[in-house]
Amino acid sequence: MKPKDALGKYGEELAARYLSKNGMVILERNWRCDLGEIDVIARDKDELVICEVKTRRSALFGEPIECVTPRKVRRMRGLALRWLDTRSVSPRNIRFDVVGILAPIAGPPTITHIRGV
Amino acid sequence: MALARSLGAVVSGVSGHLVQVEVDHSRGLPTVGLVGLPDASVIESKHRAKTAIVNSGLVWPKGRVTISLSPAELRKHGAGLDLAIAMGILGATGQIAPELIHNTVFLAELGLDGSLRSIPGALPCVIAAAQAGINSVVVPHGNIAQCRLVPATCAVACSDLNHVISYLRGESQPLAVGATTEPDSTELVDLSDVVGQEEARWALEVAAVGRHNLSMIGSPGVGKTLLAQRIVGILPPLTEYETLQATAIHAVASALTCSSPITRPPFEAPHHSASMAALVGSVHGHRVTPGALTRAHHGVLFLDEAPEFSRNALEALRQPLESGHIALSRSSWTGLLPARFQLVLAANPCPCGNALTDTAKVCGCTSLALRKYTMQVSGPLRDRIDINILIPGIRGSRAGESSAVVRERVIAARQRSAQRFADFPWATNSEVSPASLRVDFYPDPAGAELLNSFVGHSSGLRGSHRVLRVAWSLADLAGNRRPTREDVSLAIHLRNSEMAMAS
Repeated sequence: MKPKDALGKYGEELAARYLSKNGMVILERNWRCDLGEIDVIARDKDELVICEVKTRRSALFGEPIECVTPRKVRRMRGLALRWLDTRSVSPRNIRFDVVGILAPIAGPPTITHIRGV
Repeated sequence: MALARSLGAVVSGVSGHLVQVEVDHSRGLPTVGLVGLPDASVIESKHRAKTAIVNSGLVWPKGRVTISLSPAELRKHGAGLDLAIAMGILGATGQIAPELIHNTVFLAELGLDGSLRSIPGALPCVIAAAQAGINSVVVPHGNIAQCRLVPATCAVACSDLNHVISYLRGESQPLAVGATTEPDSTELVDLSDVVGQEEARWALEVAAVGRHNLSMIGSPGVGKTLLAQRIVGILPPLTEYETLQATAIHAVASALTCSSPITRPPFEAPHHSASMAALVGSVHGHRVTPGALTRAHHGVLFLDEAPEFSRNALEALRQPLESGHIALSRSSWTGLLPARFQLVLAANPCPCGNALTDTAKVCGCTSLALRKYTMQVSGPLRDRIDINILIPGIRGSRAGESSAVVRERVIAARQRSAQRFADFPWATNSEVSPASLRVDFYPDPAGAELLNSFVGHSSGLRGSHRVLRVAWSLADLAGNRRPTREDVSLAIHLRNSEMAMAS
């Protein structure tokens, strides 16, 4: 595994733990289709949460959440619909979240969670 | 999380419109949404604002920033909203108290280092602020001289973003404004440069008194252009209100930011190849560029070699000559541009220019060519010209009076007419309405008798009105209470001298 993929994996692990600690139920992780990948799919009470995780070593090139562009957000919507097609769930509401993780080599990681982008 | 409001302004046509900038800062992905019909230069403004804020040591907000420019249906263009947007963002993020910015108009383009840069058309925006009763305006240093022309508004100049903040907090003083540089009172061109030409010189003076439109026909080299260029020197300086209007127009018209106010009547002399758009004004996107006719507002429009202008261009003069404005209608902008100018035409007597000379040169123009040439200035346009003079050759060799001496007489005559018009809406003799000419401003009995015979003889009623207006200017110059027989006779001569010679 390349170092950057390892960092991504580590970030997603942190994010999943963070989300479940905040009362969400993780349904699926790294779900893939031909459109791309959803990092985390979770349930928060009666809401379905589609979550993108962005992990960075430093904020030199911008905060991790700044790297989630409007285009990426649009793609998440397409992915969510595709996921719903393949599952027999009908949530009352769908929410799109972004978790940004700044994980410096030295020191603890900081997690930023943005609900409903 | 937070909402802040600031004020900016944009130019539409040649007038300013206040724009309220609302900035909302909420949680979400870091994005900037800009709504309210911004054009490309306004969309770029968010990049300038962001860099300027960061480089000024301030904080660009994390999270979602939504900027709304209202009124939403007014199209916004230009970089002049930069500062208003940046201040709104600083207000929404609590870096400055929102109540310090919500009643201030901010007009400036931002440099990436946070410095304020001059914008074209600042003055009309400040006028709009004053009309809306807002007495706090922040402008760049380059714009402050002309913005101080607006009496009611307290416009101040700041150097950069941090300076604006500390000024609004009362922690620092605005930039000192240098003494407004008075325009050079020594004339570049003076009437005393013109040798001889007593009659033309006198006609120029009469035209200056009543703001009468003037046509000069003469052989090449007799000094038509020389004379026309000197009419501005003998006109009274602009009033405070006229200065404000003229400077506002030129602030919009020039891509550069003109710094000093225009206090002398503007003089516009478009070349005869000028297009319609260059004369009446043009619209690019939603930005209106005033043409030569509008730039000559409160001043003089000089058309040298008038018959060489295209027929369309000449006919376009008729509406502004009658109403004082141009109704410009284009797909993206429709509105009125002010254009109350004094028209001065100059032309050769014929295409070859030799028709009038007393020298050995012979006119070789065919009658058809001559006819085509003279018909280029159409009847209806000719009808709007009060004074027609012929300058056949160089007459006399005496250097005449200087512009300053003649201007004193013109100003004295204008004062006499201004007293007379105290209860009337007009300022000069050329504006008096026909009805009022009959009822209020008729000549003395001998003059009236001559005028009546003139109506019967050669000219219609409209012609007689024009003669009477010029007669009033002559009376004002001579100090007569009403136009005398002599004034009317001279006015008829001034109107008709061209025709008399041509026949």
